[in-house]
Amino acid sequence: MDGKPEIVSGQACVPAERDKPERIASRAASATLIAAIAAIAAGLASPLIGSAHISLSRAFARASPDYEIFFYARLPRVLLAMIGGAALSVTGVLFQCMLRDPLAEPYTLGVSSGASVGAVLGICFGLRATGLLSLGGAALVLLIVLGIAMEGRRLSSFTLMLAGVTMNSIAFAIILFLHSTATFSQSFAISRWLMGGLDAVEYSTLAWLALIVLPVCAAVIRLARQWNLLAVGDDWAASRGVSTGALVIFGYVAGSVLTGLVTSLTGPIGFVGLIVPHALRLRLGADHRVLLPCSFFAGAAFLCVCDTLSRTVIAPTEIPAGVLTALAGGPFFIWLLRSRRRSLWL
Amino acid sequence: MSFRARNLAFAYGVADVSFDLDACGFVAIAGPNGAGKSTLLGIMAGLRHPYRGSCAYENVELRQWRRRDFARRVAFLPQTVRVEFPFTAEQVVLMGRTPYGGGWYESPQDFAAVEEAMRTADVLPFRARDFRSLSGGERQRVILASALAQQPRTLLLDEPTTFLDLRHQLAMYRLLAALGAGGMLVVSVTHDLNLALQFADRALVMRDGRIAGDGPPREVFSPDLIERVFGVRVEIDGGWIRYGR
Repeated sequence: MDGKPEIVSGQACVPAERDKPERIASRAASATLIAAIAAIAAGLASPLIGSAHISLSRAFARASPDYEIFFYARLPRVLLAMIGGAALSVTGVLFQCMLRDPLAEPYTLGVSSGASVGAVLGICFGLRATGLLSLGGAALVLLIVLGIAMEGRRLSSFTLMLAGVTMNSIAFAIILFLHSTATFSQSFAISRWLMGGLDAVEYSTLAWLALIVLPVCAAVIRLARQWNLLAVGDDWAASRGVSTGALVIFGYVAGSVLTGLVTSLTGPIGFVGLIVPHALRLRLGADHRVLLPCSFFAGAAFLCVCDTLSRTVIAPTEIPAGVLTALAGGPFFIWLLRSRRRSLWL
Repeated sequence: MSFRARNLAFAYGVADVSFDLDACGFVAIAGPNGAGKSTLLGIMAGLRHPYRGSCAYENVELRQWRRRDFARRVAFLPQTVRVEFPFTAEQVVLMGRTPYGGGWYESPQDFAAVEEAMRTADVLPFRARDFRSLSGGERQRVILASALAQQPRTLLLDEPTTFLDLRHQLAMYRLLAALGAGGMLVVSVTHDLNLALQFADRALVMRDGRIAGDGPPREVFSPDLIERVFGVRVEIDGGWIRYGR
């Protein structure tokens, strides 16, 4: 600052290799493009794979049964998996950033379970608005978990995880209770749904889901630069001009909406929001301007592939997609936990 | 004039504080643990509210400042920052440009300001490294660079030398004094009375949330005041504070 800045470090002052601003932008764009292409490729290929062999040309020529299988059995399910995967992994990034906790995710925080209670209530009482009930359950659990983990102005990561585990147990106790009082057909619906399986849904339902999930995701992604600062700290962001209060409230509302709506249709599917963002962070770094759009597309591709596997691995029997993601995600979570303990400041 | 506080008080820490600060110079805030130094700095940075009394910056009450406008004038350095995610040192510094950018990416001017700030804080050699892999002192200098990248008129620092080795402590104080002489207002909480004595233009001494001494360090840091505030007997010897055994 005083003309000749003083160099006090013993190291030679040769600036390390640095990226030109344009290169940073173009790398981000190409990473996003690759993720988008992967998502589209998975979305196009998955409906063709399955126990019955079908061809795309016959499906588009409305030849039976290829047409029915493609458009009414497989495509809606693939679309649901893609929208759900995208929403869950964007929510994972969002929660990790806001809570400054790499282990945070709708499932580990108990938010998915809260949504499940809402949905099961809906099934038991024959209500149609399961989506709204799920959303309410998700938001309620989020509030409770945050309330428990808040110590003054700070969140304790340890308490947060324990609160999440506890809320999971409570939510499942409630679900078991509801299950035990349900009629036979309700009981079947509940178990199917709880396994986190993806079923073919009607196009009108899909349209509603997309109409809410896509704009919410877009709004979250648009704020990427602010999330960067929030991921470092509240004061850090506030002293650099970010309106942290409004941003955090928006984040929690968006996270509850995404988790609640998706869970009401797919059942509790765990760890998507953990696996996808972490794998991407290892490769792309922490900048949310790359991480968020890539998580959106990679999440879509990931759940789409998981669902295809769940339909085909031991066909004609289906493994629920939630079982697959949990089998992959559980060990991954433990690995994260271990590697974090080794790091310097924990 | 930059900051003007009148009967400033907060729920904890700060009980009744009044002062006027010039637009430039190096002001050191000293005092024992729990005297309210950090809380005062937090209020001045616009991070602790609601406060009672009045605290204005450039004649505008703090609560009336728009965050973004305020962030272009006042930068704040916390004691330490804990980052959980793999941001590089340069990305951390780039965040200092947020109050200037409306765009998705930083502009070439932003990168130029970051380059300059990183040179001043002597962190260019590890710009591409993961912030989490840096030592405490290196991290503190990266945080300083991030604050300098805001190109502020006023710099608020909370014990900026906690993790620094002797050489970098001196370099930090020289830099702060130079910034103060160059037209910036630098306000720093410090525990090192001798460094404050050598480098600061003005010392504010706090005790129990009140101002116990205010003026040029050589006048403020008298053996009397230091014993009254810190409960330690000292001698002033050749312009240095000597602590008894």
